Amino acid sequence: MSPPVQPTSRPDPSHFPVKRRGPSRLLWPTLIWMGLFFFLPLALTVAISFASRGTYGGVVWHLTLANYLTVVDPLYLKVFARSIGLAVATTALCLLLGFPLAYYIARLPANRQGFWLLLVMVPFWTNFLVRTYAWIFILRAEGLMNTVLMGLGVIDHPLEVLYSDSAILIGLVYGYLPFMVLPLYAAIERLAPSLVEAAWDLYATRWGVMWHVIVPLTRPGIVAGCLLVFIPSVGAFITPDLLGGARTMMVGNLIQHEFLVARDWPFGSAISLLLMAMVLAGLLVYFRTEEPGRGAGRGKEMAG
Amino acid sequence: MLSLRRPWLIGASLANLLFLYAPIVVLIAFSFNASRLSATWQGFTLDWYRLLAQDEGLRLAVGNSLLVGLLSTVIATALGLGAALGLERHSFTGRQFLEGALLLPLVIPEVMMGVSLMLFFVLVSMPLSLVTVTIAHAAFNLPVVLVILRARLRKLDPSLEEAARDLGATPWQAFSRVTLPLLMPAVLGAVLLAFTISFDDFIVTFFTAGPGATTLPLYVYSMVKSGVTPVINALSAILVLASMTLIGVSIVIQRR
Repeated sequence: MSPPVQPTSRPDPSHFPVKRRGPSRLLWPTLIWMGLFFFLPLALTVAISFASRGTYGGVVWHLTLANYLTVVDPLYLKVFARSIGLAVATTALCLLLGFPLAYYIARLPANRQGFWLLLVMVPFWTNFLVRTYAWIFILRAEGLMNTVLMGLGVIDHPLEVLYSDSAILIGLVYGYLPFMVLPLYAAIERLAPSLVEAAWDLYATRWGVMWHVIVPLTRPGIVAGCLLVFIPSVGAFITPDLLGGARTMMVGNLIQHEFLVARDWPFGSAISLLLMAMVLAGLLVYFRTEEPGRGAGRGKEMAG
Repeated sequence: MLSLRRPWLIGASLANLLFLYAPIVVLIAFSFNASRLSATWQGFTLDWYRLLAQDEGLRLAVGNSLLVGLLSTVIATALGLGAALGLERHSFTGRQFLEGALLLPLVIPEVMMGVSLMLFFVLVSMPLSLVTVTIAHAAFNLPVVLVILRARLRKLDPSLEEAARDLGATPWQAFSRVTLPLLMPAVLGAVLLAFTISFDDFIVTFFTAGPGATTLPLYVYSMVKSGVTPVINALSAILVLASMTLIGVSIVIQRR
């Protein structure tokens, strides 16, 4: 007979979770599905990255490291460099643009914050293809931007912005800005205003307050936001495909090209794993800087 | 100093919002433009919407997207619910590791997931079709459902279900009459989110769809690749309207 139940809103640790010898039956369908349709394919990709390409594009189980070594070619290194470069630039721009917006929302009265956050998120919830297409419409030679600029007499002939790195950058920043604003907002919202006031009282300059008080205390939010932007940016596919054209490939497009055009699956798998490695590296950076007791939490403590 | 009344702060924030909304507004505005090619306004027309309504391929694509969305969401929710309960209520060695592993699909680049699934289906000689797309969608939606339900489950007081058992309920009765109703808002939220993610998905679908398995995003992609026409603007406007309606509905539901 179980002991009398106490009315409490917190789970009573003596009853749950029940100790068992293995995962419950409820868990098995999920394990089977994910095992079969996620982990197995992943393992397969790892395995294939060490295999060789068959004559007609299949896989020949002739194990080799050649695929990884092929990547060390200026042709492919350029693609990787572009991906990392664009991802870093996107992250930096998102941080620059997102911080004022996040700060503004965080300092609004609490009942208005929800509305503004919604305002920031709504564009994000529209279809990504549609949002990317909007920039094709604006940036192309006969597009809105050039039409307006030429109509105003600012330029004589159309700027060729579409199908360049700049277009990809604009598209990526546009796509992932909300990902930066939200964590920044969360971190700034936790910042105790009395700390900023104290800095002012101690005669800090505007930049001093920014650099020495606000930024260090919102660091977890900044790191989270940067990660949330960097990871999808480095593996971006749609944006460089639609806005970049054939000459500005990122890693995502390269993978698609190797799989569907060149039909070199082992090589494509190797590139995929390298992309995965870049993502995991980013995550490691995040977990390294996420030490307990730092950042905004401490800010609140200090404010008393 | 860094008060809200600082003009540059307000200016920067408004500029940001403008940046976020202007492209969408522009897209919708020009879906009514009577000119086919140029970006100068040449009169109002609904022709592009009319063309859209006659598009058979579009209708098929929307139907496929709805079907895949529905099926994959049902699978993901059913499995995810079981997994959330199984993880929350029973402790076993390796539980934490398993939890982390099940979240991996959320982090992995979509291209990688698409490509590895394509390899898998080819290697097991399974032809690419709506079935493979549905399987893929269920696979990446499962962690989403799991995270949402797990979070909600953690906040539920297990003594309620326990009390039901003490009063003689079978485990199924305790679940269906006590736990499930309490979980319902989270389940609905998860269902809505999973469906939206599935409906909008492009990259994974791109790699796992075969001929004849065109979903709406794939259809939009092929339209965009064929060239810029105001018909795409019209379709975009409809999709934007649909998303906003869905968001509005979900907000209203959550307010109740």
